[in-house]
Amino acid sequence: MTSSKIEIPGEVKSDPAALMASLQLMPSPVPNPELKYTKIFINNEWHVSVSGKVFPVYNPATGEQICEVQEADKADVDKAVQAARLAFSLGSVWRRMDASERGKLLAKLADLVERDSVYLATIESLNSGKPFLPTLFVDLQGTIKTLRYFAGYADKIHGTSIPMDGEYLTFTRYEPIGVCGQIIPWNFPLMMAAWKLAPALACGNTVVLKPSEETPLTCLYVAALVKEAGFPPGVVNILPGFGPTAGAAIASHMGIDKVAFTGSTEVGKLIQEAAGRSNLKRVTLEMGGKNPNIIFADADLDLAVEQAHQGVFFNAGQCCTAGSRIYVEEPIYDEFVRRSVERAKRRIVGSPFDPTTEQGPQISREHQNRVLEYIQSGIQEGAKLECGGKALGLKGFFIEPTVFSDVKDDMRIAKEEIFGPVQQIMKFKTVEEAIERANNSDYGLTAAVFTTDINKAMTVSTAMQAGTVWVNCFNALSTQCPFGGYKMSGNGREL
Amino acid sequence: MGGFDPPAGGSRASLAHIKLEKQTSPAHVQVCLKFIFLVETPGPAAVMLGLRSAVFRAVTPLSRVLACRFSAAPIPVPNTQPEVHYNKLFINNRWQDAESGKTFPTINPATGEVICQVAEADESDVNKAVKAASDAFRLGSPWRRMDASHRGLLLNRLADAIERDAAYLAELETLDNGKPYAVAYSVDLPNVVKCLRYYAGWADKWEGKTIPIDGDYFCYTRHEPVGVCGQIIPWNFPLLMQAWKLGPALATGNTVVMKVAEQTPLTALYVASLIKEVGFPEGVVNILPGMGPTAGAAIARHMDVDKVAFTGSTEVGHLIQQASGSSNLKRVTLELGGKSPNIVLSDANMEDAVEQSHFALFFNQGQCCCAGSRTYVQADIYDEFVERSVERAKRRVVGDPFDMKTEQGPQVDQEQFNKILGYISSGKREGAKLMCGGGVAADRGYFIQPTVFGDVQDNMTIAREEIFGPVMQIFKFKTLEEVLTRANDSKYGLAAAVFTKDIDKANYVSSGLRAGTVWINCYDVFGAQAPFGGYKASGVGRELGQYGLENYTEVKTVWEVVSGGSTFIPV
Repeated sequence: MTSSKIEIPGEVKSDPAALMASLQLMPSPVPNPELKYTKIFINNEWHVSVSGKVFPVYNPATGEQICEVQEADKADVDKAVQAARLAFSLGSVWRRMDASERGKLLAKLADLVERDSVYLATIESLNSGKPFLPTLFVDLQGTIKTLRYFAGYADKIHGTSIPMDGEYLTFTRYEPIGVCGQIIPWNFPLMMAAWKLAPALACGNTVVLKPSEETPLTCLYVAALVKEAGFPPGVVNILPGFGPTAGAAIASHMGIDKVAFTGSTEVGKLIQEAAGRSNLKRVTLEMGGKNPNIIFADADLDLAVEQAHQGVFFNAGQCCTAGSRIYVEEPIYDEFVRRSVERAKRRIVGSPFDPTTEQGPQISREHQNRVLEYIQSGIQEGAKLECGGKALGLKGFFIEPTVFSDVKDDMRIAKEEIFGPVQQIMKFKTVEEAIERANNSDYGLTAAVFTTDINKAMTVSTAMQAGTVWVNCFNALSTQCPFGGYKMSGNGREL
Repeated sequence: MGGFDPPAGGSRASLAHIKLEKQTSPAHVQVCLKFIFLVETPGPAAVMLGLRSAVFRAVTPLSRVLACRFSAAPIPVPNTQPEVHYNKLFINNRWQDAESGKTFPTINPATGEVICQVAEADESDVNKAVKAASDAFRLGSPWRRMDASHRGLLLNRLADAIERDAAYLAELETLDNGKPYAVAYSVDLPNVVKCLRYYAGWADKWEGKTIPIDGDYFCYTRHEPVGVCGQIIPWNFPLLMQAWKLGPALATGNTVVMKVAEQTPLTALYVASLIKEVGFPEGVVNILPGMGPTAGAAIARHMDVDKVAFTGSTEVGHLIQQASGSSNLKRVTLELGGKSPNIVLSDANMEDAVEQSHFALFFNQGQCCCAGSRTYVQADIYDEFVERSVERAKRRVVGDPFDMKTEQGPQVDQEQFNKILGYISSGKREGAKLMCGGGVAADRGYFIQPTVFGDVQDNMTIAREEIFGPVMQIFKFKTLEEVLTRANDSKYGLAAAVFTKDIDKANYVSSGLRAGTVWINCYDVFGAQAPFGGYKASGVGRELGQYGLENYTEVKTVWEVVSGGSTFIPV
């Protein structure tokens, strides 16, 4: 899942013949993909919303509407929770199923996603704007591997027997929590669904999942695959809808035992509050970041520039993991900025279905405006705009790859999560200073360090208050490794 | 293995399920009806009773083993003369004759006839296979560089391929081993598939640790494969023993030189072809049919085999460990014999205890290392228990293993057949009371009558040695303390069981028994998730479960100094 792996090598891109040859080997998106599933998935059946409401779904590359989707609200959440509760009732098919059989169903689901991966990647690109090839190679592979990994865990979640004092026999059992509400974001719609579904189902829970209103389509298709794989009715329920209505209904529902949320820190706080106000449901949160990426003067500069570039620009900057505070050691600062700007200028922004495209549009007009507003604040607060900074194209929600140098720690662009293709480069002098500044944030999701000195690598990686630290790499994510945040970046670990 | 005869509730559920299937699926109806017809053929009342329990036995494992309560497939009608596709050595993903050119015959134990000739591996073939396995294991090889998750994927594909060919493999297993086809299909094969799937899942979850060590050091462990693993497997569950060995070895990234039993080489060789089909790199798995004293010994003493795993007799287990000591101190795990006590307390459910104890001993023609071959019965129910056990043994259907009615097929070969008859003679000679059976059960093939001895004393040969045949020994005891002492008075310690309704007695006995597995109110229940292995002379190490991975793992501790101590922050 390393983002740099999906970049087509520069020499290939500059040679038209080599480029065409390499592209011929690449899978192509499905032309005019049919959209079969636009309703609410409850009890393995498709439902229209109780209110009769629908909402439009857009193609962010053109701004055009793709289709309308049934809009779940509180009444639909109630229906779904009822189905999930019934599926979780003691003695139900799901509760009596052998753990290994749950694993088999998840493995089957992985096989089905793999079977339909080109179609799914096409829809994902269409709906989210992310380039098709990275979607196929990163998102789909990540989804399939996550499902397979947790398939294998279903019958390996061991309790312990405990040598306790006295005449007692003591053992622990790991039991499912119950009905799990899961609310997922729009930046990796399929993969986030897999991160949520796979462990919940491996452990034997039932699920009420709300995909983002921006990107419900692939998740609904997965619902159809859940049914095809053979999961009993009510085990997985998928409700497209909005945060303040459907999402809030999940977070405050008395019949939901646990809620897992991935999204903004702002909404994460609302989720935790809703749990506190309702039934003290368990809460896990995976939220924002303002992740430091520390580059020492002894680093392999080519590697560091490219990884730092991918680290912030991957997925049009719409990653909670984005390395959006790049601290560069003073002796190489100017050279690093120069090369980073040169690299950003080379970044190919365009149609997600063009195989040479590195960067598609932002998810929505609203989000595009928010990112542009951050860029303006950077300019106003005195950061140096090295390149980019503007919207791109007449239709769609594209933004130029943007680089700021001379960024100060107290600027908004240095403190707040931009979630767009905007790179901030800062300067530091000592290890201690870099650690201090890097940790001076409400967030603590990821961090990275680039150095050839193993002692610096160990020192920084140990000192970082972050759930993941990358050494000489960025965005290396794998289903075997836990992921989650310190501080206000989250609560709990996924994977 | 795999549980037969769950409590009556389970049996009823399974029968209900079959009826359900009759209503729902036309395709299944016919096969199901055929199956039910087969087992409900009119006959004398006594036979009918036997048939009914045969239904329970043949059907219930489906629900337990396939664990898919809403789609258990009926048992397909077998081809009684399955074609043999592979009879050579499998080295480097290629089929090869033995260097010596030698072959040996493999026999159908139901008839005593030769099925085919099989290439006979000897030391030079073992050397070739070890070379192939070493090459496959060299640093930087495709196998060593393969993602752990991909090793898991290959194991899953192997499970899928075996599942696809399950009916054929069950036919071949029955032909070569003599076990009833219905059992091979509904117990052995599903457990093989489950074992491989289970270990597929472990491939990328076998984690080392980071360790909060004192001082300015970073310390972590890596779980690395041991290397070339020699694996020597027995003939009683040829496919299942192969899966128990391959699953953990391959999940953890080892390479394998496996010697299969000369009595039953055929199914393992077919699985070898599936290993190639699903894409394991060449040299990762090498399978050699051959004899213990030649091929087996060559593996055990080979200087380039890093580990040897053996399942078989305690006698040979001693030799394996010695060979390791006199060669390269290769790691040794052993799964050996047993003389497992099965303790029936007077408060037990009599019907269930009788049936389970019968099953505990007679399952697989008595050819189980974990067979419950010392049945200790509390004095006040002893007479009734013996009477009912004899009645049950007399009802046991012995016959053609391809016949769906058959509960018991032949012993695996002439040697075992003779050995068991010898033990029966010794029992009579030493004064045990022969209650039923005791003789040969057919004109040809290696069939032995279900045999029950009462009034067995602890010092008799049949009470101390592993018979590995359909011969049940019943003992009388009075107190729990007495039976625990007597049950533990054995060089073996593989398995044990206790039947009682009293939870305190169950806990007392199960914690006091010196055995690797204790079953409470059940017997021969296995799952890939649960470890299995022996105390004392029954073995070294555990197979299955997470514990099974340890046998195939070297733990590497990595220390790294971290200078710049003032900024290094301890955990």
